[in-house]
Amino acid sequence: MKDRNNNNTFKHSPQKGGDSQNSASPQNGPAPGGPGGGPGQGPKVSPKEFVLLGIVAAIFIAIHFLYPPQSRAVYDVSLSYLQEMALIIPPVFILMGLFEVWVPKSFIQKYMGKEAGVKGIGLAFVFGTIPTGPVYIAFPIAAAMHRKGARLMNITIFLGTWAAAKLPQLMVELKFLGPSFTALRFVLTIISVVMIGLLVEKVITRKENKELVIEATD
Amino acid sequence: MELVLIYAFLVAGLGYSIAKDRKKTKQALFIARRILVKMLPSLLIIIGLVGLMLGFIPPETIEHYLGADAGFSGTMLAAGVGAITFIPNIISIPLAASLLRSGAAVMTIATFITTLTMVGTVTAPIEIKELGVRYTLLRNIFSFIFALLIGLVMGVILI
Repeated sequence: MKDRNNNNTFKHSPQKGGDSQNSASPQNGPAPGGPGGGPGQGPKVSPKEFVLLGIVAAIFIAIHFLYPPQSRAVYDVSLSYLQEMALIIPPVFILMGLFEVWVPKSFIQKYMGKEAGVKGIGLAFVFGTIPTGPVYIAFPIAAAMHRKGARLMNITIFLGTWAAAKLPQLMVELKFLGPSFTALRFVLTIISVVMIGLLVEKVITRKENKELVIEATD
Repeated sequence: MELVLIYAFLVAGLGYSIAKDRKKTKQALFIARRILVKMLPSLLIIIGLVGLMLGFIPPETIEHYLGADAGFSGTMLAAGVGAITFIPNIISIPLAASLLRSGAAVMTIATFITTLTMVGTVTAPIEIKELGVRYTLLRNIFSFIFALLIGLVMGVILI
């Protein structure tokens, strides 16, 4: 079962409890800025996550005594995933940092509102793939773009690519799921996002037109 | 091989940034560290969960519920879970990969990743506030349908 899960090489010498310690120890790292969620300028990590992490760590230690045979497999798999993550995470996060510095969100807002037509669609894609934050950051940006006159379809494209085809995510996907999976999902997502954009726009404008007709006849 | 590509991208990006503005580059690295600190607990949790899942749940079980034999119900299950949960992509992808390696169907995993990202139930209140109920509903419903289509096509092409 082990070889099915890992096609990567990893150390075949699990030091028993050592691994669980290993994956639990960084818990102490970010702690000073974390729990409490105070208004400090340090990065905030929700205490909930630390509780969860503690539970996982406790389970890791408990299974060593309760289910020794399975625990070896658990440690092996976790260690190999930790190694995979350790290779991919630093470049992805640094690139996210670079994007955030060089392509500020105000820049996106400024250009998305202005351009229409094919250029607008293209910009919606580009700005959708570049960003780094979670999608709920994109909603206010999308709303602002809409107020500035950006086409509804472009806003949907922007939101869709931001959600499902961001560059940092694609890089992680490339590493974990391979080039063919990533490339195919990317292409299909782009096609889908355009169609979703068209459909949403069509339904909404048709309804608006109907309402206008009703208002006019009243 | 994929790593070489990613690191090449990193070197190019960093090189360009350093050449243009050292201060901004420093700022970018600071942001990267902030993201890392923020994400680290979740990353470790998911690594631990993946280990526990693969250590205790036999691949046959995963295959039974999410594999090719489970058919469309497995895909719908994954689509539903993906639609109602909110997990950052970078964390969800290793999880999806571990399921795939344990025998889940490509169709199911592709659908899961797509609904997870494109359909947002947890984020819907923010979307409604910013863009309206009708828009939010339409976008999410269409996204769910297209996520299933993406999964279907991927399942057919990649076996």
